[in-house]
Amino acid sequence: MKAWLPSLLRLALVVLLIAFVTNPGWFEPLLKPLTENNAPAIYNQGSLLTLTLLHLRTVLIATVAATIVAVALAILVTRPAGAEFLPLSRSLVNIGQTFPPVAVLALAVPAVGFGEKPTLIALFLYGLLPIFENALTGLTTLPGNVMEAARGAGMTGWQRLIKVELPLSAPIILGGIRLSVVISLATATIGSTVAAKTLGEVIIAGLLSNNLAFVLQGGLIVAALAVLIYDGLSAIERYTARRMGQETGE
Amino acid sequence: MTLRFDKLGVVIAAIVAYAAFFASFATFRANRIVPGEARSIFEALPPTIGPLLLAIVVVAAIIALLKTPLVLRLAASVVALVALAILIGVAGTFLTPAGNTFARISPASGFWLLIFAFTLLLADVLTRLNLSPLARVGVLVIAALAIGLLLISGRWDSLSILKEYGNRADSFWAEGSKHVTLALGSLAAAVIVGLPLGILCHRVERLRAGVLNVLNIVQTIPSIALFGLLIAPLGWVAAHVPGAAALGIRGIGTAPAFVALFLYSLLPVVANTVVGLAGVPRAANDAARGMGMTDRQRLFGVEFPLAFPVILTGIRIVLVQNIGLATIAALIGGGGFGVFVFQGVGQTAMDLVLLGAVPTVALAFAAAIILDAVIEMTATKRRVETA
Repeated sequence: MKAWLPSLLRLALVVLLIAFVTNPGWFEPLLKPLTENNAPAIYNQGSLLTLTLLHLRTVLIATVAATIVAVALAILVTRPAGAEFLPLSRSLVNIGQTFPPVAVLALAVPAVGFGEKPTLIALFLYGLLPIFENALTGLTTLPGNVMEAARGAGMTGWQRLIKVELPLSAPIILGGIRLSVVISLATATIGSTVAAKTLGEVIIAGLLSNNLAFVLQGGLIVAALAVLIYDGLSAIERYTARRMGQETGE
Repeated sequence: MTLRFDKLGVVIAAIVAYAAFFASFATFRANRIVPGEARSIFEALPPTIGPLLLAIVVVAAIIALLKTPLVLRLAASVVALVALAILIGVAGTFLTPAGNTFARISPASGFWLLIFAFTLLLADVLTRLNLSPLARVGVLVIAALAIGLLLISGRWDSLSILKEYGNRADSFWAEGSKHVTLALGSLAAAVIVGLPLGILCHRVERLRAGVLNVLNIVQTIPSIALFGLLIAPLGWVAAHVPGAAALGIRGIGTAPAFVALFLYSLLPVVANTVVGLAGVPRAANDAARGMGMTDRQRLFGVEFPLAFPVILTGIRIVLVQNIGLATIAALIGGGGFGVFVFQGVGQTAMDLVLLGAVPTVALAFAAAIILDAVIEMTATKRRVETA
């Protein structure tokens, strides 16, 4: 495959996505065959653009919160003072992963009510796990000679963390964030079952009114967002890895 | 002798202190949808039993707080958990006014925090004991039996979640078996298709990137959309392919849910098969070739057994994920525990949500523990054999 082809495809996807969420009317003829009984082909109970932005905002807030907490926790349990918590935190992360998102979402409703909040909680909890796991891997598999050199250069524990450990594990941590974002993008749609304003609203409206066009457009926007964000974060990851002088397998 | 504190114990003791003295133990509601009134440990339990429970949790918390032997910590967490489990049932009976069938008693935040704190203690002890895989499954079986006994004994019958169950006992088991069938059936289909596909991808390099990319993109489609999108093609198949409708294939219901779960399951199975086969040491393959093994013999005699733990890891991911995703099948009439979750959300009846969510979490949790144990056993067995 030619090297420029993937970039071209990506660019085309970006243009298509922007065109669709800003001017969905243009695509009406394409979606019309999927509807029955003269039902509307384009979601008409709200703007697709607003829903897309709200969807992204929900994912962003949850991911930022999850990143801060997960990295802080990983740092804590890899310091001598917190080493006692390391095995337990590992098993907790394993247990946490078995909680289905729908269950987390539904169980959060009685505590915080309907709307965006239960979705944020579910996305936050779900996002924690991959980031924590990757941060832990990054911080525990640093090359021994580098750590030795940093200690030999007289760096304090704090300096080592900021200047050596975190930058070196940045690519792996970014990998965890990427995984977490892609999961969150898809999971956020389930949030609309508890009245969160996300693209899930479009899909659910389609399921309820038996309108395939709605289901398709909601699903495709989310999938396109996920593919683009996944690619973008992969590129950032490769860039930081190169800057850290690490070889990547990809 | 100086007292030494356990770091995790400090956290546990703090949670216990808050939960036992400041949070509410049970919630009383006049009927199933009105907001509840909080009841503390003393209000929720008969006058002799409340202080007893408080004494048990305080002693257990002190054992957790200090550096104590593992056996003592194990005993403390188990005693506290069993006491909490039995006494929440007592609270249910005690708080329900005689002859009143509308009142709902449910565990409140304090109870859940206490359970969380002592589960944390138990998890820490079990992690530190470094149990063998079989012993871990044993612990799971004991816990399941204990919960089963409590359920059968009727000690929890006064609690709201079991009142919801009582109203729907038949459909609960029907939806439950649908849920398990969906999760396991789609897994089986994914393994039957995914394993050969993975082997093919391993052998034919040109195919690999293409297949994995397509499966990756399938994973990015949100589950509720994929469920919905399959309605139309399956509806068409049911209408146009003779015999399909008789097999139960229909636009809505179990069929699209099954196909969606199957599609989601393919990626982990195929990807892990490829990774597992790629990880087979070249020396092992060379030796097998040198012995004059045919391709097929090599596949089943050498490559497959060596790649098995990695493939199993893929299967574990799929099973846990499917048990969770099967809840969404309810949105398109596919049944499963999700029926209760979404009904409950619709009626704002949280007990009904719990009736769907708790068994789902329990199933996923049990599946994870059992498969983790199996993976560890196959991996160590191989290490012993090769050593």
